[in-house]
Amino acid sequence: MRARHWFGALAMLVLAWPQGVAADAPSESDTIRTGEYLARAGDCIACHSNPGGQPFAGGRPMPTPFGTLYSSNISPDPEYGIGRWTADQFYTMMHTGRGPDGGLIYPAMPFQAYTKVTREDSDAIFAYLRSVAPAHVPNRQNDLRFPYNNRALIIGWRTLFFQEGAFKPDPTKSAEWNRGAYLVGGLGHCSMCHSPINALGGTSESQAFQGGLIPMQQWYAPALNSNAQAGLGEWSLEDIADLLRKGVSNKGAVYGPMSEVVYNSLQYLTDEDTQAMAVYLKSLGQQAPPAGNATPVPAAESSLLIELGRAVYAAQCASCHGADGRGKPPAYPPLAGNQSIMMQSTVNPIRMVLNGGYPPATQGNPMPYGMPPFAQSLSDDEVAAVVSYIRQAWGNRGDPVTAREANQLRAAPLD
Amino acid sequence: MAERVLACAPCHGPQGGGTANPYFPRLSGKPAGYLYNQLVAFQEGRRRYAPMNYLLEFQTPAYLGKMAAWFAAQHPPSPPRPMVAVSDAVLAHGQDLVMHGAPDRGVPPCSGCHGPALTGMEPAIPGLVGLNSQYITAQLGAWRYGTRTAAEPDCMQLVAAHLTEEDVAAVAAWLASRPVPPDATSAPAGTLRMPLVCGSEPQ
Repeated sequence: MRARHWFGALAMLVLAWPQGVAADAPSESDTIRTGEYLARAGDCIACHSNPGGQPFAGGRPMPTPFGTLYSSNISPDPEYGIGRWTADQFYTMMHTGRGPDGGLIYPAMPFQAYTKVTREDSDAIFAYLRSVAPAHVPNRQNDLRFPYNNRALIIGWRTLFFQEGAFKPDPTKSAEWNRGAYLVGGLGHCSMCHSPINALGGTSESQAFQGGLIPMQQWYAPALNSNAQAGLGEWSLEDIADLLRKGVSNKGAVYGPMSEVVYNSLQYLTDEDTQAMAVYLKSLGQQAPPAGNATPVPAAESSLLIELGRAVYAAQCASCHGADGRGKPPAYPPLAGNQSIMMQSTVNPIRMVLNGGYPPATQGNPMPYGMPPFAQSLSDDEVAAVVSYIRQAWGNRGDPVTAREANQLRAAPLD
Repeated sequence: MAERVLACAPCHGPQGGGTANPYFPRLSGKPAGYLYNQLVAFQEGRRRYAPMNYLLEFQTPAYLGKMAAWFAAQHPPSPPRPMVAVSDAVLAHGQDLVMHGAPDRGVPPCSGCHGPALTGMEPAIPGLVGLNSQYITAQLGAWRYGTRTAAEPDCMQLVAAHLTEEDVAAVAAWLASRPVPPDATSAPAGTLRMPLVCGSEPQ
């Protein structure tokens, strides 16, 4: 039953029988709890809050190739937040990317995915957001360069990349698979990062989950539909579920922007929903031909690089990841057979060596082990060498990388 | 725990004892409350250093507390620090400011809060010995320019604002010249009458 209907029904019941409420209607607090859960599944808090700031107060800068956008206040403050919105207006925004005044919302808000969210779920999220503490914080003007500061351009973007629609279950698949597809494609908005983003800042539905470099952040979101990248088709359901809810698994750990997703969102999902997402994600994985030669390094240079890399690995990496590259999962991820390292895009392995990182602290892994950053202690040549080595050792198949690539990624942003 | 915080080792040393790089501070033996406050400040962006902000972004307060407690409990030997080449007059000015302050300019003595032995006070005031002059200079600068802030009232911001460039160079040089005493433990909480009210240190 749609929440707006039962809100109406509830109001009538309360008028008629102040002491009694129909047993089958969810109570308001149940709806708010459901909404909180769904808001976590949608990871609203990540963009609509600043670190150390009030939740849902907005104002978080979102750097884009077109300038900086600032997320909006979605707390129930009547002046600056959504305190005067109706559930209809909230659903319209989620479903069509239009604000209460009919204005077009910048597609940094993932309405391309949220359009699949059901009315019932949208209403529950709205009820939850109405229940949090209001933040009396004005919205900040976006800082977009000409011509992108013209909102009319969103019309063109929408024509190219936005398709309004509801989630359509696949009747040939299990209920579990369909629940996973709904979460991944809707609230999870996984395709926002795990799809190629073109020069217009759009992703097309036909290229969903094909992987892509995340603009500005300079991390590569692997293709979820390729066993040569995320490789989930060859993972066990348990490993996929562990990665999603704990941030670590026997096959590898999350890193980069995915750490945020696990920390703020995925760790809170129920075992059933995590399992459903795992079932769906595993079904996406297709066999893919090995990546082509992206960065040709002359053979003589390559063998020197590998030799240097072997020495760097033995001195800096082997104590945790093992001389055999098998690591000690889940604390120290295996490097042998790890698709993250062999992908055609070399961005992630180079950045992990330069920047290191901690997987997120989660309920299932409250005290993660951290990888040290090596940007200070290794030269560009050494970084290129050790990444080249781990891309080819232990039966791994990846091309060597150049010192130039390592050098360029030293400037990649860390926030 | 040592293995879990290996990510800190390249810059701070395996037990947080410091490294040859003068800009990375020694962590070991500092009060756990101080270390915890710094970890939270890096997480919330009140203290800005991109590699630290990045590493701590998705850790829980409980885990940050465990990290802080572990480093506070370590007491590795202090690595040798390079001598700072300044004149005796500069060192004397630094010593005077650290031990007596400049009351006419509103500068309290460092020893008033950080202790007569400059080994800090529990739970959240750090020791000042065992640090390099570059690190101390950089932190005093960071307070002046707002890239390092603490809980309000941010007493160190007030102190830093009253120091001249010469004061900062002299204080940093003299502090860096001091040996770490054999017993470098911090003074017990509440044993010093602090000249300023500080948001980080309950009084």
